[in-house]
Amino acid sequence: MIDTKKILEVIAAVAKKIEAEKDFLTELDNEIGDGDHGINLARGFKSVEEKLPGLADKDIGAILKGVGMQLVSTVGGASGPLYGTAFMKAGNVCKGKNTLTAEEFAAAIEAAIGGIKMRGKAVEGEKTMLDALCPAYKTLKDGIDGGKNLIDALKEAVDAAAEGVEYTKTIIATKGRASYLKERSLGHQDPGATSSLFMLQTTLEVLQRS
Amino acid sequence: MVGIVIVSHSRKLAEGVVEISKMMAAEAPIAAAGGLEDGSLGTSYEKIFAAIEEVYSEDGVIILPDMGSSVMTTEMVLEDFDKPRVKLIDCPLIEGAVLAAVESAGGKTFEEISRHLEEARTTKKF
Repeated sequence: MIDTKKILEVIAAVAKKIEAEKDFLTELDNEIGDGDHGINLARGFKSVEEKLPGLADKDIGAILKGVGMQLVSTVGGASGPLYGTAFMKAGNVCKGKNTLTAEEFAAAIEAAIGGIKMRGKAVEGEKTMLDALCPAYKTLKDGIDGGKNLIDALKEAVDAAAEGVEYTKTIIATKGRASYLKERSLGHQDPGATSSLFMLQTTLEVLQRS
Repeated sequence: MVGIVIVSHSRKLAEGVVEISKMMAAEAPIAAAGGLEDGSLGTSYEKIFAAIEEVYSEDGVIILPDMGSSVMTTEMVLEDFDKPRVKLIDCPLIEGAVLAAVESAGGKTFEEISRHLEEARTTKKF
């Protein structure tokens, strides 16, 4: 079971993780993009962090929606509308909830992915964050449906996301800035898939703490 | 007159496109939404929202983006900017902006300009 306090902890930890990995993400984006992914996301999550105290007494839906709106206003690159929409859509399905079951958590991830697909007009296999998130969601859902607890299912989902990031090295980008490089995008891992992996990893770490 | 908003990652690019468009249609209501608040590269939800408000009238507003997050951020603004006749159009940025400015200043309607811009998508430069 995930409660409001846990969600706030997850968001705060994601903000710290993104700040810590800022240079690495930017370096990845320098290879195949416009070199701003780490800087942009770190700016966005820093402002999210500052906003968190004001969201502390809200339900999970409102917290996630607030995070999304903050990212849209502050990130400045493609990851702003993409992650912003993801958090806002996840917020929609958690509306009015103060706790989430494993199934509800999975439904929030599903909604987030739906938001990214809608906003980016993207599908799996285009060297984007979806290549980490989609396999992660599938593994999470299969695990939970198969009777695993949330932590165990999420562990496997994080592994699937990591494999997804590796997979992005083997494909040519057809969405986003990296698509301008065509085959030169081969061999490089996608920065968006990598930041998505970081978010899932951090979520797992925080949920494991209790 | 139909309002026009130029959305770009770069403040200089957005202002430059406005400048070129004004050369041919000084009176056209055209606003730039380029870069982030601090002047760095990126697209700003607030700047785009403010630019649309600045040139909005019942005649409508046409928004021309450069690429990538310009499109996505503008789409999010439009989901919140709940007024009719405000549209993002996919066409070459500079040619589209000049065409839109000239037609707006010439009193063409939102629908006419939108259609002409969509036709301009395949226009060759030379």
